Order: sequence, then structure tokens, then C-alpha cells
Amino acid sequence: MFGYYLDLALRSLKRNKALTALMVLTIALGIGTSMTTLTVMHVLSGDPIPGKSAQLFRVRMAVFPDAHYQAGDKAPDNLSRRDAEALLRDARGDRQAAMSGGSMVVVPTQGDPLNVEARYTGADFFPMFDVPLRYGHAWSRSDDAERAHVAVISGELNKQLFGGKDSVGRTLQVGKQSLRIVGVLGDWDMNPRFYDLSNGQFGDSEDVFVPLSTAVDMKLSTSGSMWCWGNASDPLAADAPCIWLQYWVELGTPAKAAYRQYLGNYIALQQQAGRFTHPGQVELQDVMQWLDFKGVVPSDVRLQMWLALGFLGICLLNTVGLLLAKFLRRSSELGVRRALGASRRAIFLQCLVEAGVVGLAGGVLGLALAGLGLLLVRHQPTDYAAFIHMDLRMLLATFALALASSLLAGLLPAWRAMNVAPAAAIKSN
Amino acid sequence: MQIKPVLSALQKHRLAALLIVLEIALACAVLCNAGFLIASRLSAMQLVSGVDESSLGFIQLEGFDPKVANDLNARVVAGLGAMPGVQSVHVINSVPFGPQAGAFGVTLDQAGKQFRGVPELYLGDPGTPEALGLKLVAGRMPGAQDYQSVVEGYLPASSNVLITRTFAQRLWPGEDALGKTFWTGKNQFRVIGVVANLSVQQYDEEGERGAQWTVFVPTKSGPPLAGTYLIRADPQALDRVMVEARTVLARIAPDAVFDHQQSDTLPVLRERFFATDRAMAGLLVGVIVALLGVTALGIVGLTSFWVAQRRKQIGIRRAIGATRGDILRYFQTENFLIVSFGIVLGVVAAIAINLLLMKVFEVPRLPLHYLPIGALALWLLGQLAVLGPALRAAAVPPVVATRNV
Repeated sequence: MFGYYLDLALRSLKRNKALTALMVLTIALGIGTSMTTLTVMHVLSGDPIPGKSAQLFRVRMAVFPDAHYQAGDKAPDNLSRRDAEALLRDARGDRQAAMSGGSMVVVPTQGDPLNVEARYTGADFFPMFDVPLRYGHAWSRSDDAERAHVAVISGELNKQLFGGKDSVGRTLQVGKQSLRIVGVLGDWDMNPRFYDLSNGQFGDSEDVFVPLSTAVDMKLSTSGSMWCWGNASDPLAADAPCIWLQYWVELGTPAKAAYRQYLGNYIALQQQAGRFTHPGQVELQDVMQWLDFKGVVPSDVRLQMWLALGFLGICLLNTVGLLLAKFLRRSSELGVRRALGASRRAIFLQCLVEAGVVGLAGGVLGLALAGLGLLLVRHQPTDYAAFIHMDLRMLLATFALALASSLLAGLLPAWRAMNVAPAAAIKSN
Repeated sequence: MQIKPVLSALQKHRLAALLIVLEIALACAVLCNAGFLIASRLSAMQLVSGVDESSLGFIQLEGFDPKVANDLNARVVAGLGAMPGVQSVHVINSVPFGPQAGAFGVTLDQAGKQFRGVPELYLGDPGTPEALGLKLVAGRMPGAQDYQSVVEGYLPASSNVLITRTFAQRLWPGEDALGKTFWTGKNQFRVIGVVANLSVQQYDEEGERGAQWTVFVPTKSGPPLAGTYLIRADPQALDRVMVEARTVLARIAPDAVFDHQQSDTLPVLRERFFATDRAMAGLLVGVIVALLGVTALGIVGLTSFWVAQRRKQIGIRRAIGATRGDILRYFQTENFLIVSFGIVLGVVAAIAINLLLMKVFEVPRLPLHYLPIGALALWLLGQLAVLGPALRAAAVPPVVATRNV
């Protein structure tokens, strides 16, 4: 029966080409815009480190002196060096790392010096965030302790400086100081850069990774949020009243409550030590909670999505109207079919098949429009533009949405068509 | 034109008419809100920086040894100042639309109890306010004696500063700010002049900082004020100066790296700063055009169907004396009524959507004058869309009445 309905639908669609084209175009426009914005949403709100996002936790705490603490304030994003080092010493998680963004000037053996983005962190950073290494290995915890002058560089920088060859053991000239390269990153596409959202939420990985202790020793410049209370002469000093370090800890599922307890105890100890008298505050958020808290999906993108869905609604209403006109115009034809014995159900299905065909055609065209829309998005001046692409899931979703919305649009007209009274319809002409 | 026969004819097509009404309503709601969003983006882009943008450029150097900061500043100021077309070169921490250089929480008292917000601080060496082109509205510009060295940390212990009119009102509503003092931690500021405008470096509408919450602190060049420079040049020469500055700097400051991303003319920095707003406005315009197009096509489609369906009735009306004009006006009136119903519903929906947006996206309240503008646009659109089918209806000859299909 389906084949017959399909044949009828195609004949009917061919009979009135302008109307068919109009319906297909309407659906395609609605689908195209919706899928463009939904794809952007899908990419931006995705899990950057699937499989591990529930075991990685951002640690935040409020340990300000009383004058800078107000009840109800959220705990700041970063920790002071004093607190970060205390937590690192205790090492209660499976892995933990304090880190900061930075920048440095790398002097190649030939050519102009380059200003590159850097990350100052600990040895655990690499296994914790599943960072792939093409050559060599990450530095060790003892390198952290000894403030070893070592570095891991990105594949991109390795290509620029050493033509992509294995550069382990070679020297990286940073200003007048030097670092020994121990590892080169493989392809590491971590977007959003959830571990530190204060230096651009999307983008390539940093080019140089250096132990935090070494970076402080070498007085390398930091970037990102640096919040001090009081006039700190050296904000990087061990006891400076400044918060600037991101702190991440990896915990097995059962260990979370225990770790929270440990942080509570730490706060209590600080109170006893006389740093502050307010109750303090501790936050432990996993990757997805952290991304949600920071609002990584820009509100512009959400707004665009709702706008596009509103537009799809208008397109659907339009299609309902056009299908209704089309089906009722064929009242006499449908009346004849009814008179010859077709059941209401048969008429209903026949009309729905016709709507579905329009929807599929709209889906194909809509996919092309969504491709065009995504091309436009990629040329927008946003930092996430380069990462927007359509995957298989969104491709299938496009057709599902097109088919579902056209069937939805076809329901009412098909209902009306099936209720055509055969006798009256035949007589009226 | 009588409305009653049109209405009773519409009763026969309740469902189709209702669909158009709904479509118009949704279009009206989206149109008003999208139009308002475009207008707010465009007005955000009008941000007044308070400086002579067309004459100014900003240069940032990186990677130099802090020990040579004084020497570097002297080399750069002298070297760039000697370029043809350059009027003056100053050491400044940042410029409007430049990198964020330092925000400090300020209080009215030394004890730090009366908190008044987190303005951005501009630090610049002698002559900087004049080079920026700040407009003084009260008090005086800093004199030579007001420029002090920074001994410890980021700021002089006590300084005579300029603040903007807006920030003066924020600190002391309704009072004269001149001579008054405020604090950040242990550092004291005394207001010696009030300027019309000086915008913050990176204005964020969603943040708590106002666009003009700024303080200018006169400072002598030297650490921490080093590596960032303001160039004032003849507007015609500015682009050339900024390009040539790279070669000059490579010669006079080979120990520093030129920051390509941050260094540019203020017009370029401004354009880059508002790039996303412009893109968003463009996208919204695109949505509005597509939306109006789809709505118009829908009206054309349905009205054409109605015309075809009523050919016989039209023929009869023509045969018993209706003119072409009557038929034309009939369809125009019908469209006007449908669109009007849609607009009534749409206005309600527009306000509802706006209330929702206000809650979720912190969008401001929709000004009421957008509603009549949106309504007018849809009425016009409806009339334009119906014109084609209505003219075709008017062309139906009376003889149709006598034919039996």
C-alpha cells in the first residue's frame, strides 16, 4: 500500500509544482536555521573529556580575610599559592594539579622571537587530562619538587621550531633562560578548554608546559585572573595575598565525599590558625557542573537557538496552511476514492505520506542550508567558530526533525481530508 | 467596504484563517523582539570612548627584561616620537578597547567599609590625558608635580587623579567631586579633575562595571608602567605610522617582542571589540528577512488557493454588478482583518516572549514603540503579499458565472 501512496503523493506533488516548491522551501528554511543553531549548541555544550568528566573536580574555596568576605558571595574560581601548595602537599586525590596560564617569549635558533601561550602546572596534569604525547614523556613529580628547567611543547611549536622532528632533549630558549624539552604533545583538541576558562574558552592548546615551581622560579609572566587584596609587591610569592591558581583533582567515585570532608577540615584548620573568622566556603564541581557554572555556552548562542526554533514554528504553521489548501482542493478526488471504497484511514495515510515526502525533500535542502549556515558560523568572529562542525548524530537528527515536523504539519490537514464527505465532494463539482 | 460579508465568508475557512492568524502572531512576536535585539546591539556599538580615536594607536611589547624597563621606555618614546606624522608618544597601561590592564575595588574610607564598585584604572605618564584628548568638565588637568613614581606594587601611595563624570556621580551622587578622596586598600586618590568620558578597556554589558567607570592616575614612566605605549599621530598618517612602527621597533627595541594581536590603531581595536555584536546584528537581520519572506509566501499561497476556490462566486459577484475594484478590495479587506487578528495575538506574545528573555538572558524591557512598528510592518507585508492573488481574482471575468466548470 505504501508504494501506492508514494506514487499518488509524487503525482500530486508534481501536479502543482509551485506549491510543492514553496512547501519544500519553507520546511528547508526552518530546518536549515534550526539545525545550524542546534549544531552550535550541541558542539558547545558537549562533554570535552567523555569518560572522565565525572572524576575530575575543580576545587574552589573562600579563605579571604574577614574584610574581604561577604556572606552569600560565591567562592572565587582560583586559589592562592599558599592554599594550593598545602593541598598539593597533602595529595589526598588520586591525582592533583595546580596551574596557571602564562606567556613567554621563545627565541628560535633562527628567525624572530615568538610570543607563545604557556601553562605552568604539575606532573599530574598530563595523565589527569589524558594529554597525548607524541615524543618523550611528561616531567615527573620529582622535577616539580626540584624546580627542574624542563618543558613539554605542543606539536605545533615543535613543527615551527624543529620541523616536526623528535626534539626531546633539545633546548628551548626562553628570553635569556633555557629549558630542556622532555616531551612533545600529540594532537590534543580540548574544547572548551575547561581546565582554565579565563584565557579564552576555546582555542588551541598552550604551546609550552612548564612545572609551576620552575615558572615561579624563573619569574615567567602569568596571564588570566590575578586577584590580590592589599598591595602585593610580588603576587607570585608563596604567601602573597593573591588568588590566581586553578586547582583540579581526580577522584574515584566513592572518594568524593571523603575529599569534601577533607576540604572542610582544611578550612577549619585555617580558621583555627587565625586567618579568618567567617565560616569559609568549599566548592567541589565536576567538569560538567563547572562548565555549567561558568556558562560556557554564550547567551548569544542560546538566544539564536530559540529564535531559530521560533522561525521553524512559523515555517510549520505555513506548511500546515499550504497542505490544508492542497488537500481540500482535491476534495473531489478524495471523495471519489472514498466512494470507491477507500477507508478514512487510507486517505489519512495517503495524505501523511505526501506530507512526509515534502518533509524529506525539505530535509535534504535544509541540510544543504544548514551546511551553508555552519560555514557562515565558522566565519564569525567568535573564538569557538573554528570548532563548529556537523557530526553524524546531527546529520541524522536533521532528517528526523524534518520528517517529524512535516508529519506534524500534515496531521491536521490529513485529518480534515479524511473527513471529507464523499457525496458532497463529488456533487460540488 | 463592508466588513460583515468578509467575516462571514471567513467563517467558512476558519481553520485556514486561524493558521494565518497564528503565523502572523508568531511573526509579530519574533519580529518585535529580534528588532529590539538588533537595536540594542547597534546602540551598544555607539559606546563613547571619550578619546580621539582616529588619532590614536596602541603598541604592546612583550618579553623584555623588567630591569631594562626604564631604558626601553626611553628608547621607544624617543624612537617612535621621531617618526614623521607622530605628534606624541606616551607610556600608558592600556587604552579603551585595549587589553584589560587593572581593575581595583574602591572605597570612600580608608577602613574599606564604604565599597563603591570596581572601576578600571588608567596609568599614564605626563601629557597622556591631553594626548588622549580627554574633555575636562571641572577642575584641572594634572600638572608636572602630580605625576609620581610607583615605589611599591602597582600604584603610587597617594595620587591626584581624574575621574569621569559618571563615576563621580557613582561615588558622590549629587555632590561636587573636586577635592574629595577615595581609596583602594592603602592607596589614596584625590580628585583634581572631572572628565566628560573615558570608557573602560573591555566593556561587558553583563558585568557589574559601568561603561565609564574609570580613573586616570598620573604616573611617571617606569616599572610597572612599561612596554605599553600610546601613539598620537595625524589621522591621515596613523595607519602608515602603525605599520612602520614595527620596523622602527625591531631596530630600537630588538630585546622585546611586538604583540601583533594587541597593537593596533584605536579604530581597528574598536571594530574588533564590536565584531561579535555586528555579526549577531547581521544574523538577526537575516532571520527577520527570512521570516518575513516565509510569511509573505504563505499568504500568497493560501490566498491563491482561496481565489481559485472562489472563482465561480467571484464570477457571480462580477455578473451582478461588482467592479474589479470591489473584488480587489474584498481580498485586501479580508487580509487586513486576518493580519489584524494576528497582530493582536502577536503583541501579547511579543510582550510574553520579552518577559521570558528578560528573565533568562537579562535582555532589557521591550520599549512599547516597537509594537506599532512591528504591526505596521506586518500590515504592509500582508497587503503586498495579497496584491498578486487579489489582482488575479479581480481579473476573473463575469462569464465564469455561467460556465459549469
